[in-house]
Amino acid sequence: MTMIAETGTLQIKTGFAEMFKGGVIMDVVTPDQARIAEDAGATAVMALERVPADIRRDGGVARMSDPDMIVGIVEAVSIPVMAKCRIGHFVEAQILQSLGVDFIDESEVLTPADNAYHVNKHDFKVPFVCGSRNLGEALRRIGEGAAMIRTKGEPGTGDVVEAVTHARLIMGEIRKIQGMREDELMAAARDMAAPFELVRFVWANGKLPVPNFAAGGIATPADAALMMHLGMDGVFVGSGIFKSGDPVKRAQAIVKATTHYNDPDVLAQVSRNLGEAMVGIQVVALTPEEKMAVRGW
Amino acid sequence: MNIGVLALQGAFREHRIMLESLGCIVTEVRLPKHLEGLDGVIFPGGESTTIGKLMVHYDFIAALRDYHANGGAIFATCAGAILLATDIVGSDQPRLGLLEMRVKRNAFGRQVDSFETPLEVKGLSQTFPALFIRAPILESVGEGVEVLATFDSQIVLARKGRLLASSFHPELTADTRLHKFFLEQVVQPKAVSALA
Repeated sequence: MTMIAETGTLQIKTGFAEMFKGGVIMDVVTPDQARIAEDAGATAVMALERVPADIRRDGGVARMSDPDMIVGIVEAVSIPVMAKCRIGHFVEAQILQSLGVDFIDESEVLTPADNAYHVNKHDFKVPFVCGSRNLGEALRRIGEGAAMIRTKGEPGTGDVVEAVTHARLIMGEIRKIQGMREDELMAAARDMAAPFELVRFVWANGKLPVPNFAAGGIATPADAALMMHLGMDGVFVGSGIFKSGDPVKRAQAIVKATTHYNDPDVLAQVSRNLGEAMVGIQVVALTPEEKMAVRGW
Repeated sequence: MNIGVLALQGAFREHRIMLESLGCIVTEVRLPKHLEGLDGVIFPGGESTTIGKLMVHYDFIAALRDYHANGGAIFATCAGAILLATDIVGSDQPRLGLLEMRVKRNAFGRQVDSFETPLEVKGLSQTFPALFIRAPILESVGEGVEVLATFDSQIVLARKGRLLASSFHPELTADTRLHKFFLEQVVQPKAVSALA
């Protein structure tokens, strides 16, 4: 019997993204942290050299992490490993694919490499996740081949307000498209600068064609549950876990809160006695230059 | 028919949509008390270590064993199949151990090696569009476990009594044949099992 097996198809990439739903993806900077995340029930880890809070503090150019560091984390855990490339830096993405990472985050947390263009994600076998602030931005990234979307929020702040703003905006715009007549869709596509066929998909299905996660400022179990209530499919927690007083406990609590977001009794129980949350920066206190969410388009 | 989908983590919504299209009343199972009155339960794909930990924490292991002992059927896909197995290669992660088989996680490699293929399945006249995503294989199965499909000589679909396990993801396709097979031939409605 001849066997036909096709890798890297859109369905294989998006299908993989579907498997993360209802789960928590955690930023880790060492193999030890990766093992803590796995033991706490993370569905995947994001391997990077510095969490967003530290990138923010240190300043300078933030780039793809050292391959050695990424491979160290790949070898430490059995769960999927994601890693970040700079916006538009398709060579960093090629390197990450060659290392065998399971997902690439084309991320505004790193310093953008291209002010005009994002990576053509259709060129890759490995799936991509991209940040977005609104529906048009999400559909542009999906048009370029992203298999998963996440809110940008405001990374490294521990302030959930921007993630909430982006989630509400995207979900509100989806409802607005759904309520349109078919003959209004082309104008909607023009106004939000989004591919027409994807606008049409949203109109017919009432959702994005790929999973949509929350990211950028989630620091507590209640934050995670809030984002799930707002219609997000799961959460990324960046600095919120390993910049807190008791990462093990907090990581476990956020995992449980994401599953049981609709059960306040469970949330009350898991929120108890977690130690200090990450200190945090109010988003309103940031200057426009300090905001990461405005990177990319 | 009342079917539950284990909704601790993973692609449970896709199973739900497929079951509803087949006329089932679907319950999302997040706590053991949600198992009451269900004829069948589906374990979705997702991350097996995450789901296993939440199963242990919320006392699902005994509850699901009881559920099965009392006539409940289970269809477990991908990560779900890992949770159903007695033996997991190189791992001591939590599991139910209901289906006697040895599973190997991520048996085809990392995500870049994930693939789709038309699969010959025993009892289906045409091939099934199978998506293997960081998929496990059923390396070996115990006595009385029927092998229903293989890929490259590796077992990827097996059944014993009221248990059905697949390495791949029928819920991500538009093909309802395996869900129908589960409902019609694996789930045993209470009236029927009482007669037996």
